[in-house]
Amino acid sequence: MEAFLHQVFSGLANGAIYASLALALVMIYQSTHHINFAQGELAMFSTYLAWAMINAGISYWMAFALTVIASFFIGLTIERVIVRRVADAPILTLVVVFIALLVILNSITGWIFTYTIKVFPSPFPEQPLFGPYISSHEAGVVGVSLVVLLLLFLFFRYTSLGLAMRATAENAVSSRLAGIRVGWMLALGWGLAASIGAIAGMMVAPIVYLDPNMMAGILLYGIAAALMGGIDSPFGAVVGGLIVGVLENLMGAYVVGTELKLTVALMLIIGVLIFKPTGLFGRHFVTRV
Amino acid sequence: MPLLEVSGLTGGYGMTDILHDVSFSVEQGGITTILGANGAGKTSVLRALCGMLRVSDGSMQFAEQKLNGRATESIVRLGIGHVPDGRGTFLNLTTEENLRVGAMTRKDKPGIAQDFDRVYGYFPRLKERRHQQAGTLSGGEQQMLAIARALMLRPRLLLLDEPSFGLAPLVVQDIFRIMRTINDEQKVAILLVEQNASLALELANLAYLLETGKVVMSGPARELREAESVRRSYLGY
Repeated sequence: MEAFLHQVFSGLANGAIYASLALALVMIYQSTHHINFAQGELAMFSTYLAWAMINAGISYWMAFALTVIASFFIGLTIERVIVRRVADAPILTLVVVFIALLVILNSITGWIFTYTIKVFPSPFPEQPLFGPYISSHEAGVVGVSLVVLLLLFLFFRYTSLGLAMRATAENAVSSRLAGIRVGWMLALGWGLAASIGAIAGMMVAPIVYLDPNMMAGILLYGIAAALMGGIDSPFGAVVGGLIVGVLENLMGAYVVGTELKLTVALMLIIGVLIFKPTGLFGRHFVTRV
Repeated sequence: MPLLEVSGLTGGYGMTDILHDVSFSVEQGGITTILGANGAGKTSVLRALCGMLRVSDGSMQFAEQKLNGRATESIVRLGIGHVPDGRGTFLNLTTEENLRVGAMTRKDKPGIAQDFDRVYGYFPRLKERRHQQAGTLSGGEQQMLAIARALMLRPRLLLLDEPSFGLAPLVVQDIFRIMRTINDEQKVAILLVEQNASLALELANLAYLLETGKVVMSGPARELREAESVRRSYLGY
């Protein structure tokens, strides 16, 4: 029982990270119908920035904040400079651009920071503070993710800018006709997604260690989570993330063994796409003719 | 000097021109209607004004500003409210959020609050449903919401694309009555594109008849209403 509970809790902690990444994917998908395959590598690059700052003697939370801000501008710039130019191109062009971004970010990071695996610090204490089933870092990850979620919810629900971004995601033409600068809203979406990804990266790095390939698996889990929840539903992304996290851990511990954990995620992706493409909370698109 | 002056407008999608040498104007505080059958190019005229159609020739002048080559967002910010075909409702947002989106470009909070009251005054049904998701509104209510959303911009010119489309006759009459009120009270000029010629000609002071992308007849609405050919083809008597 104890082992089981431990698996569930650490699954929730992993799930919170997948949920964050899924949320970043959904944010871009909602407004552009692009799945940003480079989301994970972007997060990885941000985490290296944080590592460099911490190594330079900046305190953890200061580095955390600076990384979130820097990532925002990196995401924004990538949208403005690269993605915008191919936004109307055929889907295959976009996929190639996103995969190219993924490889470029990966190799640039490797070139700057080398491929040696590094230890990334956790801001949370070593000794478990919340009982025997969950480590402080895991509890901290869940806490940080909840704060991020809450902030995003408040932003989208109660601010004008949040409303403008929601409007843009739903109907870009109508938003233009209301005078909203749609291009900037899309860029902001990229910035926010990159910030959320950066947080996910910094939270997962103490668990998986820092190396340029650290996000490859995490991104797959994130995509599985987003698809499971319904690729256009932010709420679904969060629920999907938690389900994938727990399921992955339990399957790994009791059914398929740890080597096949990632396979579980891939099977989930294929299963959802075949049997329920809209996911748990996705919208069915009905058009009245 | 008219508020909107379009002359020699030619343009279309891709390589094909849909509009050919189209000229018309909307007076300050006036109502102009463009009539025509399905596919005559009425919607394309409105799209051209809002920078959503390739314009290859001609000029569009709004309140001494050239519209040619401007981005949609910038044209709208000059004070042109566009109620597009299909209404462009944000179905997942509430009625009130739809209206807030309409006022997105404005900063004057008291003015916005005033306009909320004003549009709720015109459309009391929207007030009743202000916390409801817009997707759950009826077709007529969504049309009202689309007009209200455009009004939240405090436009000087309102572009209306077939507001009567798909609505019950009583609802259509209601909407046309409110458009008259809006025009009277707020001095908002209106460019109305319609298939329902009799209602449109009653409302408008200037009228243009569009056929396959060309203006084939124009003049005071009164005169077009009495013209033999318009009566037979568009008014049905």
